[in-house]
Amino acid sequence: MVTIRPGPVNAGGIQIANHLLLAAGVLGTTGASLTRMLSYGAGAVVTKSIGPLPKDGHVGPCLAVLDDGFLNAMGLPNPSKEFVEELSVLKGKPVIASIYGGSPEEFAMVAEWFKGSVAGIELNLSCPHAEGYGSAIGSDPSLVEACTRAVTKLGMPTWVKLTPNVTDITEIGKAAEKGGADALVAINTVKAMRISTGLGRPVLGNRSGGLSGKAIFPISVRCVYELYETCKIPIIGCGGISSADNAIEIMMAGAVAVEIGSAVYSDVRIFETIAKTLYSDDGIPSKDIVGCAHE
Amino acid sequence: MMVSLQRTLWGALMSNQFPLTVTITGIREETPTVRSFSFDSPFEFDPGQFLMVWVPGVDEIPMALSSADSITVQKVGDATAGLFNLKIGDKIAVRGPFGNGFFKGERMLAIAGGVGAAPLLPLALADRVMTFLLGARTETELLFVDQLDECTDLQIATDDGSLGVQGFVTVLLDDLNLGAYDKVVVCGPELMMRTVLGKVAEIGIEHRSEFALQRYMKCGIGLCGSCCIDPSGLRVCRDGPVLSGDLLIKSEFGQYMRDASGRKKTI
Repeated sequence: MVTIRPGPVNAGGIQIANHLLLAAGVLGTTGASLTRMLSYGAGAVVTKSIGPLPKDGHVGPCLAVLDDGFLNAMGLPNPSKEFVEELSVLKGKPVIASIYGGSPEEFAMVAEWFKGSVAGIELNLSCPHAEGYGSAIGSDPSLVEACTRAVTKLGMPTWVKLTPNVTDITEIGKAAEKGGADALVAINTVKAMRISTGLGRPVLGNRSGGLSGKAIFPISVRCVYELYETCKIPIIGCGGISSADNAIEIMMAGAVAVEIGSAVYSDVRIFETIAKTLYSDDGIPSKDIVGCAHE
Repeated sequence: MMVSLQRTLWGALMSNQFPLTVTITGIREETPTVRSFSFDSPFEFDPGQFLMVWVPGVDEIPMALSSADSITVQKVGDATAGLFNLKIGDKIAVRGPFGNGFFKGERMLAIAGGVGAAPLLPLALADRVMTFLLGARTETELLFVDQLDECTDLQIATDDGSLGVQGFVTVLLDDLNLGAYDKVVVCGPELMMRTVLGKVAEIGIEHRSEFALQRYMKCGIGLCGSCCIDPSGLRVCRDGPVLSGDLLIKSEFGQYMRDASGRKKTI
C-alpha cells in the first residue's frame, strides 16, 4: 500500500502536526474532549460549530446508526460566546473554530470572538439541517462570497466548509475563493432521511438530517476532485474517511489533508490507528500524491 | 453494521443501532412519581447500561434498564411526561443497550438515592449485592423495597424519617465497615454521589467505587461529545455511564454539568 512521509503540513495558512484532523461536530463541544483528541494523535482539531446565540439543537432522536454510515440532525447546539472560555485549556494548540451565522455580519461577529485563541476559522456554510444557517446560505454563491469576505477581512486563516447538496459544488468553491478563503473543506454531510417502519415516521426528530460515514466517501472524492480542477486554494478532504487508504485516495483527488469525524465511533484512537499505516520514513512526499489522479 | 458486535464486560452484545420499535406491555406505578414501563422485547444487557428511548413526537432520552425488558422512569421533563401519557399497547422505539455496566464484584455495597435504584436493582437480583442502602425523600418514594429486601441486607433512610433512619442515604454509611466490600456501586442525585466519593476516598478505596453518571446526551454512542466530562474528556455515554471513583475525584463531578447547548450549570 502507498505510504507517505511523516511531517508537518501547512494547509491554508495553518500549521498542522500531521495530515489527520478532527472534523467539526464530533467530540468538539468541550475543551477537554478536544484536548483528548489531540492527545490521541489528531494533527489539529475543529470545534463544534459556534453561532451568534446559544442553541439547544433539535429534539431527539438526533442520530441513527446505519449499516454504512450515520444519519444525524443535531441542530447546531452550541453555547455561543461562552465557548471561547472552553478553549483556554488549549492555548497554542492547533485548534480551528468552526462557526456559523445567518448573515455576513453574524459570521464576522462570531469569528472576532476567537481572535487570538485559535489557529484559524472554519465557516460552516454547509450544515444541511438548520433553517436559515449552513447550507441554506452555503448553496448561494453570492452569500458564500460575502460571508467569506466578512471573515477573511479579520486576518485569521479562514477555511470554508462546503455542502455537497448543490448541483455544482465548484460554483460554491469558486465563490469562497473569490471571498478570500485560504482553503476549502469538502464535504459536509449529505442531506438524507430514514423512516422507522415500526413507527411510520422519520427516525430523526428533525425528520431529515445529514448522512456521514463510509456511505458518502465516494461523494467526497468526487467533490474534492472537481474542486481541485477549478480552484487554486488548498482543499481539505472530509466525508467518510476511515482508513489510511481512504486518506491517500482523497489526497490523490486533490486534498492536502483530511478531516475525520464518524470514524471516531468505531475507534476513538482512529488518528493513531490511521497514522500507523499512512506514514513511513521511506514513503512518498505528500506533495507528490496530492492531486496525482488528475495527471 | 458499521462495527462488529462488541462484547461488553459482562458479555452482553451491543446491538440495535437503528431504532427498534417495541410495544409497551406493562406499566407499573412504583411510587407517586415513578413508573416502570416494560416492553415486548428483552435485551441482553449489563446492569448500568442504558437505552436511548424515543417517545414519538416528543424527544429521545437515555434511560437505564431496570431489567432486561423494562425501564423505570421519574417524571421530570417533556420526554418523561410523554412516556407517562402512554398506555399499554402503545409503541416507542429504542436504541441500545449502550455504555458500560458496573464491574462485577463478589461482596458489593450498593447505594441508591431515589430513582437511582433502577440500574442497581438487576445487580441485587443477580445476587451480587451484600448490602443495599436505599434512600428517598419519603417512605412512599422508596423504590423496589420488597424485591430488594428479599435478596440483600436492605437499609433504608428517608429525608423526613417516615421510614428507616432520618436523613440522606449517606448517613447509613457511618455505621458500615466500608473496607469489607470489594465494590461500592452508587447511583442517585449527584451531590449524594459526591458525598459517597468523599467518604470512600477518605479511606483510600475510591478505585473500588463506581458511580453511574447522568449527563445530557444527544447521540448516545460517543460521537457528538455533549456528555463529555472535565477534565478527562471521557464520554459518559460510551466510556461510562459507570465511572470509577478515582477517575472522578478531580473532575466536574458534583460541581457542574453542561446543558443541551453546552453551557455549564452548577449542580
